[in-house]
Amino acid sequence: MIVPIVFIIICAVGYYFSGLAFDFVMVEMFFRLSRNLLLVASLIIPVITGMGLNFGIVIGAMAGQIGLFIIANFGIGGMTGITVAMLASVPFAVVFGYLVGQVLNRAKGKEMITSMILGFFANGIYQLIFIVMAGKIIPFSNKDLLMDSGVGLKNTIDLVSIRKSFDTWLFGDIVNFPVMPIVFVAIILLLINRFFKTKVGQEMRAVGQDMHIAEVQGIDVDKTRLKAIVISTVLAAWGQIVYLQNLGTLNTFTNHEQVGLFAVAALLIGGASVEKATWKEALIGTFLFHLLFIVSPPAGQKLMGDAQIGEYFRVFVAYGVIGISLMLHAMEKRKKTEDRLRLTIKEK
Amino acid sequence: MDKIKAIYNKIGFPRFIITLLLFLFIGIAFFLDLSLASMFTDILKRFGMNAILVLAMVPTVQSGSGINMNLALGVILGLIGCLVSMELGLAGWTGFGVALAIAIPLAALAGYLYGLMLNRVKGQEMTVGNYFGYSVVSLMCIFWLLAPFKNPQLVWAMGGTGLRTTLTMDDSFGKVLDNFLSFEIMGVTIPTGLLLFFALCALIVYVFSNTKTGLAMRVSGSGEKFAISSGLNVDRYRILGIVISTVLAATAIIVYSQSFGFLQLYMAPLYVSMPAAASILIGGANLRKASIAHVIIGTLLFQGLLTVSLPVINIISEGSMAEIIRIVISNGIILYALTRKEAV
Repeated sequence: MIVPIVFIIICAVGYYFSGLAFDFVMVEMFFRLSRNLLLVASLIIPVITGMGLNFGIVIGAMAGQIGLFIIANFGIGGMTGITVAMLASVPFAVVFGYLVGQVLNRAKGKEMITSMILGFFANGIYQLIFIVMAGKIIPFSNKDLLMDSGVGLKNTIDLVSIRKSFDTWLFGDIVNFPVMPIVFVAIILLLINRFFKTKVGQEMRAVGQDMHIAEVQGIDVDKTRLKAIVISTVLAAWGQIVYLQNLGTLNTFTNHEQVGLFAVAALLIGGASVEKATWKEALIGTFLFHLLFIVSPPAGQKLMGDAQIGEYFRVFVAYGVIGISLMLHAMEKRKKTEDRLRLTIKEK
Repeated sequence: MDKIKAIYNKIGFPRFIITLLLFLFIGIAFFLDLSLASMFTDILKRFGMNAILVLAMVPTVQSGSGINMNLALGVILGLIGCLVSMELGLAGWTGFGVALAIAIPLAALAGYLYGLMLNRVKGQEMTVGNYFGYSVVSLMCIFWLLAPFKNPQLVWAMGGTGLRTTLTMDDSFGKVLDNFLSFEIMGVTIPTGLLLFFALCALIVYVFSNTKTGLAMRVSGSGEKFAISSGLNVDRYRILGIVISTVLAATAIIVYSQSFGFLQLYMAPLYVSMPAAASILIGGANLRKASIAHVIIGTLLFQGLLTVSLPVINIISEGSMAEIIRIVISNGIILYALTRKEAV
């Protein structure tokens, strides 16, 4: 519980110096929660399954963006567009998740670094497809999406036809808040919570606690781990769609890159660890991390005379918090194995 | 057939595929009538620029803490060495020497402290080191903005504080090694000084790993239990490996920058470990075994491929393809190493 408390203090100090109005921060916060929480939530299932923090959600975000390319190509707008994008992203996310899971199953014990490198690797493939092949091998009927040369997607793609469609769905005329995305993510979090009470969910828990014991109990460990990553990847794809419909523009080659880093940092700031995460940590962490996002540039400006310092501080916090949590986890794990070793020696 | 298979196994998949690609690209380059001389000039130069960075991977692998994903730590201290030397307005060999003299002790100290930390996270060095490196890089971004450097060539013209993102080294010690004894043969420029300096570093690492201490370090890297039963203090040798690696990384960035002609600050050191890791793995190393031969082969192959593929691809496809190839190959090779069974 120490991490969230430290961050509450940092955020409080930052808020005090930023000089921002309370309602401004709260309104901003509401939007940020609505668009980021789903991405953070997509990390929970792999953590429980013992695969650590899935930096591979970057690949899920790519699947979400593919869904958005499809609706932008066919000019489907509004809530229909978002629904189509979500549905269209599912087959991609399932296939990608399956491939990620296969690789991670061959790198047991090193899932986190592997999933991170996988993200970089997939980014190369993504660029190969959408810079070199798009328009040439992969047909796009909407030429506005392509570069003037007719090959490669533009760097930014306008999503004006679905901009805030989900945010304003049903309740748009009544309140100026993204009601439905919040409801949606709440339902997903509830479902994740329920999911762990099902048979598959229980198996995931068992695999997360001890792979070998799970194996002995007759659980197909590799298959369970695959399922966890596939679900995580699909949720990340949807999360990216919710995120981008709020922004209204898609930076084709950069939007997905930081998804893993920021989501993981948010979850850890909420008090989660490499082995334990629930919806509460996701919610608290997203709130605190984005509070830091809002207050640190103005606080840096006021305190140091340079908003850039606040920006760098925020990046430092994201990396630092991940680094420290991974370190603490590794130390704990090491201690556990040493204790076990000592125990076996004693028994002998 | 078995013989071919045995040879293939000895070469290993990464070396095999990259060599194949390299020869393919050289063939196309020859076919397209591109100047091979300027290509070999580039390959030699880029080999000299990057080889020490790759060499920095050897001591950590040998001492048992795997690929050093935190080269950024040494790199940053090397940059500080360069900056101090440039702030003082030093040029030529003096500038280069002072940069090294400042960077090396700092790197040794930082490497020692980092080694203490890594000994507590055995088995997770790569993941922890990677994020530790990222945090150091972003923390140092704040330092670059606030650091008390005053030389107008280093700081932003406006406001007079905060270091620039890229600093030109023309007036300090840029190209000092590259130009030393360099000569031209059949249109290929040989950066003698650059290559000699790498040879010197490689020799030091080689000689050291064959001394009694170096041997003990390699033994403790090959198996912790065996080393303990032989009475070796494993933790101490792991720290030693990390110290040497960090010092080499600091030296490497000074050499790299003087050859490149620019000092790159802020987020530039972030991904420095990845290409170096890919290079040594391409050279035939794995997470448990690495030698100087792996460094030389790997750097030549990887840098060779990058250098040759760029002009070739510019003609037959999009320019950005070269960058894409770099991303796919370097990360693909690291993934390959991570998913191998023998990698522990």
